[in-house]
Amino acid sequence: MSEHVRLPEGSIEKQTTTLNLGPTHPATHGVFQNIIELDGERIVDATSTVGYIHRAFEKLAERRPLYQITTLTDRLNYCSSPINNMGWHLTCEKLLGVRTPKRVDYLRIIIMELARISDHLICNSIVGVDTGAYTGFLYVMQYRELIYEIYEEVCGSRLTTNIGRIGGFERNFNNTAFEKLEKFLREYPKVLKEFENLFNRNRIFMERTIGVGPISAERALNYGFTGPNLRAAGVDYDVRVHTPYSSYEDFEFTIPVGSTGDCYDRFLVRNQEMWQSLKIIADAYKRVQEFKGSDAEVYHADVPEYYLPPKADVYTKMEALIWHFKIVMGETEIPAGEVYHSVEGGNGELGFYLISDGGRTPYRLHFRRPCFIYYQAYPEITKGSMLSDAIVTLSSLNLIAGEMDA
Amino acid sequence: MSLTNEYIRERLIEKFGEEVSGFEEPFGMLTFEVPKQNNLKVLQFLYDDPALKFQFLTDLQAVHYPNNKGREIAVVYHLHNLTDNVRIRLKIYTDVEVPDVYTATQLYASANWMERETYDFFGVNFVGHPNLKRILNVDEMDYFPMRKEFPLEEQTRVDKDDEMFGRGGSVN
Repeated sequence: MSEHVRLPEGSIEKQTTTLNLGPTHPATHGVFQNIIELDGERIVDATSTVGYIHRAFEKLAERRPLYQITTLTDRLNYCSSPINNMGWHLTCEKLLGVRTPKRVDYLRIIIMELARISDHLICNSIVGVDTGAYTGFLYVMQYRELIYEIYEEVCGSRLTTNIGRIGGFERNFNNTAFEKLEKFLREYPKVLKEFENLFNRNRIFMERTIGVGPISAERALNYGFTGPNLRAAGVDYDVRVHTPYSSYEDFEFTIPVGSTGDCYDRFLVRNQEMWQSLKIIADAYKRVQEFKGSDAEVYHADVPEYYLPPKADVYTKMEALIWHFKIVMGETEIPAGEVYHSVEGGNGELGFYLISDGGRTPYRLHFRRPCFIYYQAYPEITKGSMLSDAIVTLSSLNLIAGEMDA
Repeated sequence: MSLTNEYIRERLIEKFGEEVSGFEEPFGMLTFEVPKQNNLKVLQFLYDDPALKFQFLTDLQAVHYPNNKGREIAVVYHLHNLTDNVRIRLKIYTDVEVPDVYTATQLYASANWMERETYDFFGVNFVGHPNLKRILNVDEMDYFPMRKEFPLEEQTRVDKDDEMFGRGGSVN
């Protein structure tokens, strides 16, 4: 399709130029290549090449016990690893029939919504950077840092979090985590408002994004769009509402939708989702605080086959020692079954299709990676636009190379 | 009336009779099997029928069952009716020697890369696909790595001379 058009010598017709955007170009924000055919500054055609950081996660997962796969999910959409981790735990829990206590669900929601904020925060501020506004990016980065500090208090790491376990969390949230969460809830609305003031009605920003990279609802559905990109096109599909998991049904929130599916709508939808996430977090935190006494100490379900016992018990109790050994060595048989579970990830429906034949590792595991699926639409939505618009479209689609290439 | 699994099953049997089989409901998701030459007919019916409206292709992938003679590779479609919020799973089985399956790209633009990925890892030849090339692996690769005949390294192997990882190690 994208053939370089070479006209005979002396022709007065315009020749097209082939431009390699990527695989390692600062404007692509990730490792993927676009071979763009340009007529002047207009894009005639684009071909995408992906797979530069393919790490064969699905194959690796076939030799790993369930708990070791969590670290693979970290590396899918690494801007919101906790959502991937939770999605994976929820898939396992669905297969194993584990019921988690309400407090665990609410704590998970707090973490997942924080992850969503940090994901949208990065995406939107990068859209800002690509339209020439660096300030917003540097400013909101402090609050992503604060979110990462909360992760650190909960699980000890920041980017590839490996947060939570099958059944709940590895430890209870400490007071510092809650203090930092309170600080976030107190300070972030003001920052988000300022961020919006900087962009939403900014003439330059609007001219750079309105009508850029639009997609109709019909095409978006046909292309398998999910998440904010689909909602920006006007379809109110959100996994949190359609197939509630982790007690999302207990919370009131709205699904923001756009109408044109262009970069500006995607930006606004993400911003609105951050407000909704803040609301959910505040609500979930209030509910968590309502647990008193021994209820406030609940942070995991009682699943000895999959949840590591406390270390002190391992040294003193026979049963705990056995479970500890079996879990660490991956010697627990997974019940046979076939399960599909999806969560609303940072950029769309993140699905896990897990088939177990009764062995110790999955027989087959497939990740439905939202951005792998919707990135196919990129040539279609950039065709005919300017090169600089294609860059903004790329960042506003929130493509994460790690997720695309699995 | 909300769309139930029973209703979908009845409609499918009414339309295709013996062609659709193996109905199951693991974790509430209606799962069934279709002969591979009929995959497009069934997908089209599910897409067009005003009551069923399975117009969203959530996921498409394959599974390899090397011991299933003649039906080694299963191609699995996850479809979603967004209006009634019902998901179903459709499976077709194909011989690993002749892994030809009709492409769903005409129905779903999203099937394009998903089929390329399935081809890349399992070697399923999607007949009629506009651009059936490898997508995540290198073009020069001459095997299909997700098939079960390519196991990952046995973690207890001792024959490897690899002091760094404490496996075996050289003694001389």
